[in-house]
Amino acid sequence: MANLACEFIGIKSINPFWLASAPPTDKAYNVVRAFEAGWGGVVWKTLGEDPAPINVSSRYGAHYGQNRQVLGFNNIELITDRPLQINLDEITQVKKDWPDRVIIVSLMVPCEEEAWKNILPLVEATGADGIELNFGCPHGMPERGMGAAVGQVPKYIEMVTRWCKQYCSLPVIVKLTPNITDVRKPAAAAMRGGADAVSLINTINSITSVNLDTMSPEPSVDGKGTHGGYCGSAVKPIALSMVSEIARDPETANLPISGIGGISNWRDAAEFISLGATNVQVCTAAMLYGFKIIDDLCDGLSDWMDQKGYKNINDFSRMAIPNTTDWKHLNMNYKRIAHIDQDICIGCGRCFAACEDTSHQSILQTGDLGDRKYTIIDEECVGCNLCEITCPEPNAIKMVDIDTGKPHLSWLHHPENPYREEK
Amino acid sequence: MSFTHDIKSNRLLDVVINENFSDIAPPLSDKQVLVASERCLFCYDAPCITACPTGIDIPLFIRKINTGNNHGAAKEILSANILGGSCARVCPTETLCEQVCVRNKHEEKPVEIGRLQRYAVDHLDPAQPYPFTRAKSTGKHIAIVGAGPAGLSCAHQLACDGHQVTIFEAADKSGGLNEYGIALYKLVDDFAQTEIEFVLKIGGIDIQYQKALGRDISLAQLRENYDAVFLGIGMSDVNALNIPGEQYPGVEDAVAYIEDLRQETQLSNLPVGRRVIVIGAGMTAVDIAVQSKKLGAQDVTIVYRRDKSAMGASQHEQDLAQQNGATFICNAQPKEIIGDESGITEMVFNKTETDDNGKLVVTDNLISLPCDVVFKAIGQKFESSPLGNNSDKPALDQRGRIAVNDNFQTSLNDVYAGGDCINGKDLVVEAVDHGNKAALAIHQQLKQIINQGE
Repeated sequence: MANLACEFIGIKSINPFWLASAPPTDKAYNVVRAFEAGWGGVVWKTLGEDPAPINVSSRYGAHYGQNRQVLGFNNIELITDRPLQINLDEITQVKKDWPDRVIIVSLMVPCEEEAWKNILPLVEATGADGIELNFGCPHGMPERGMGAAVGQVPKYIEMVTRWCKQYCSLPVIVKLTPNITDVRKPAAAAMRGGADAVSLINTINSITSVNLDTMSPEPSVDGKGTHGGYCGSAVKPIALSMVSEIARDPETANLPISGIGGISNWRDAAEFISLGATNVQVCTAAMLYGFKIIDDLCDGLSDWMDQKGYKNINDFSRMAIPNTTDWKHLNMNYKRIAHIDQDICIGCGRCFAACEDTSHQSILQTGDLGDRKYTIIDEECVGCNLCEITCPEPNAIKMVDIDTGKPHLSWLHHPENPYREEK
Repeated sequence: MSFTHDIKSNRLLDVVINENFSDIAPPLSDKQVLVASERCLFCYDAPCITACPTGIDIPLFIRKINTGNNHGAAKEILSANILGGSCARVCPTETLCEQVCVRNKHEEKPVEIGRLQRYAVDHLDPAQPYPFTRAKSTGKHIAIVGAGPAGLSCAHQLACDGHQVTIFEAADKSGGLNEYGIALYKLVDDFAQTEIEFVLKIGGIDIQYQKALGRDISLAQLRENYDAVFLGIGMSDVNALNIPGEQYPGVEDAVAYIEDLRQETQLSNLPVGRRVIVIGAGMTAVDIAVQSKKLGAQDVTIVYRRDKSAMGASQHEQDLAQQNGATFICNAQPKEIIGDESGITEMVFNKTETDDNGKLVVTDNLISLPCDVVFKAIGQKFESSPLGNNSDKPALDQRGRIAVNDNFQTSLNDVYAGGDCINGKDLVVEAVDHGNKAALAIHQQLKQIINQGE
């Protein structure tokens, strides 16, 4: 059976699943329940200076699918609203009671050396395994010069990281905001400051919906709303891309990454790890379903690893990185076309509507009511995948590789590229 | 009805009977609707639309429900089928839209189109203006005979087109089959009348009750006094068994009994046999069998002369009969009903077989079933005498119903017909379609006349 135990920047964890810094890790009660359920670690919800901020009522919003599935989720909560000492005491106690579980303490204090110098020894004294610098919170705290306000300025990231390494012996993880243009810049800044790792992504600026009766954005606080931090499975593709950007960049390629962003199941976790994360952090899925999902996360990942013959996490870590490249390197001589399996096809015609109205008119409709048949016009199909994506039946439409007999040819070397490079 | 033998009222307590006759498919809840509507795939060129005789754009109305646009969904349905509310309840959807739903292929469960349609129509926003308007008056006046589904839909469409309509109805109430013929548990809470009120809100439709064709009015008079005539007179006669004993008390016409049942305010008053035999295998047979059980009959047996696969009732209907405790006997052809002037005691059948050519062969093997009541549910037939005896009457088709062309025009240029009085599947939704299409044809015809006059 695959071994899920892993080590991240020298911190040993029974599995690669940590709860991200968020409401589920706000206090001992929740964290103990998480450890009882089997979570490998937690990043304790962000501590700040006293007096602790005050939260508003009405804090979360959702972007729903057709049948109330939560596709995306957002929040306008601030960092912990409990006094610093209570948090420190609880961290100390929980770490003592659960020595094999990881506790990372998330921190956010003003961008002043003195503030960091004061809080770091207090955190170190709890026995926590490391700290995570919250440079990503996109709502509320940036208005006070913290959170994403720091994370959006690489030199601040570097400066604060350096203070942390100077005044504290614990490993330092820098949590990055996605609300920037190029995530590699803040990652490199963290590295220059001496960070042991980065974690990403933090939440994305978002308004989940507008109440059309009151004309207030949601979540609505007394008729007014503000942008919150977007998370949940809808952000997974964005997070995956950002993780891969850092993992691929020569400057940051060796920087350990804790992957965060819409991880809802073991498959998501495996994808993050294959694209460069060493471990993963989960929040929204736990907030929507409770801590019990850890069972499927571990079990599913372990079974998949067994099937593939991976003995531990490192065996497949970064395996998708060599296959992640720039557009200009893609093979322009590669050809795939759609194939509709008539035994599986239910004749809904969704592929036809999509292809005929919005794509390449590559599907033929024949037959009468009750016997509609949709077939691909091979010569017209450009292999865009749209029909496969719109099809409600798994495996009814398969994309099939066509052997063109032509060699690999990228845009970089394409004869029609005026800036082509000679091989 | 003059029942004797073991035929009596009050077999069950009122409270039990009322429960038995409650809505067989109660409305879906908001949450159920969310789940059910999400299953619709919004098919291209959707088979359900083609399968619906009135061509309701089903995927579109379901999408509207799913996005919370219930009023829009209701308008979508009603603009294709003004009786969309009753059709949602009484349509055999399992043989129409839901039968062809693509979800059947791998999931064996179609989108619940009928129940979603009911939800949509029930959620037409009463605070919004009536969703239909009348065109400028054409000055034309059309006579419609029969206020059933065909007549009502025809009337509504003609009224929308700016014509004046007078409906002549033989009964005391409008609705036709919806009021008098549909099993009570399929159409509860006097829905037929509620729906008719809605239909008539368009304006320009006058209904005259207790005016039967051939008795109180004649087709010749109508043609004389109106610009066009639409006949939606249904089928007023039932097929007979033509066997000895049919004349005895206790041998009843299922259609007539259901009609009484539909109008009875206290169902426990209805006389019910202890042992009931139903002859036939269509929807009416199932309806009378189920309703007999619900009224407290002890044994209800549906007897059919052919084999099970030839039954007119859908599998859904057959299941309904069995769930309610009725039993089926197939391949038994009525031979004789034993009884006398005081009632009946048993019915004798010849067993039948289907030969290799699919032909029914009657054997000498007899079976006999004890009974107090026999319901005949072997089909209705069109009664042509109301059309008159002179030569100026619409031609009939081979089945003896009114012959029409594709525009639902009869052999008489200004007389149209639709619903059960013409050949078809005898469904409410089909009658609505006939009414719609006849109205369009009548409108075209009258428009030409108006244009020629100008």
